[in-house]
Amino acid sequence: MSIASTAQFICFAALSITLVVGALGVVLLPNIVYSAFLLGGVFLSVAGLYLLLNASFVAAAQVLVYVGAVNVLILFAIMLVNKKENLAAIPGLALRRVLSGAVCAGLFALLLRVDLTTSWALPGPEPLGDEATLRIGEHLFSDYLLPFELASVLLLMSMIGAIVLARRDVLVSDVITGEPVDQGLIEKERIPLLLDRSALESSLLEKTP
Amino acid sequence: MSLELPTTIPLQAYLVLAALLFCTGVWGLINSRNAVRVLMSIELMLNGVNINLMAFSSYLDGQLIRGQVFAIFVICVAAAEAAVGLAILLSLYRNRETVDMERFNLLRW
Repeated sequence: MSIASTAQFICFAALSITLVVGALGVVLLPNIVYSAFLLGGVFLSVAGLYLLLNASFVAAAQVLVYVGAVNVLILFAIMLVNKKENLAAIPGLALRRVLSGAVCAGLFALLLRVDLTTSWALPGPEPLGDEATLRIGEHLFSDYLLPFELASVLLLMSMIGAIVLARRDVLVSDVITGEPVDQGLIEKERIPLLLDRSALESSLLEKTP
Repeated sequence: MSLELPTTIPLQAYLVLAALLFCTGVWGLINSRNAVRVLMSIELMLNGVNINLMAFSSYLDGQLIRGQVFAIFVICVAAAEAAVGLAILLSLYRNRETVDMERFNLLRW
């Protein structure tokens, strides 16, 4: 066994251990901020695996998009909704966890069996190495041109959709009728629309003499 | 059947790793009470799928690398999904003042 392949094995082992431990931490840790940072570690180790697979462009895209954008977005969302709340106990939660764990273990066993018993057509053609980026560009502008354009439309749609969904309504007058709009939506102390009204109203009645 | 170690990382190692990541994501998706953690579990699952695509692309399709192109599209869709998902989450939080998945039951039977 040469030094290069030994180094490859060591890198693979380190990355997989980081990946598995990080993924377990993401789903198991009680503090969600730690989960978000561990998720960043998982994304980075996946990028390392891509480098081991001779795919430098996708590894760079993974770091930029996942670590740079998605993970930061998740951290911002945690910051915006991070309210300490005591979750109400659900009957049978432990049983549900065990059952779903069994289902997931069964799924894993199934996938493991498929992975290990199928005779893959190995060895395949020689991997490209550094030319992979060139080849991806050729693909994106020839046979995958339509999905490429659709992806740009999808990104535009999701950007506009995210803005529409997350903003508060600040229009001064109604677009269609021209009437002044109730500005209660942008005030901070309004009652949320979907809360249980009866409890709130009774507490309000108690306050007013 | 010889028991000597392979000289390169076998394809199956990547596949097993991806399956493990995917199953961890499924478990987290079912069992999370916090809606943000549900989105993180979905990201874990998408990454598991991506590892599969990249491993097949490198080992079985080394000249055409169609798997890498697919992985790029999956990354693109995952970014869009994260943006819209977190916007929906913010909107829900504004109207419900909670991120507990068990209390998002307006459309339950």
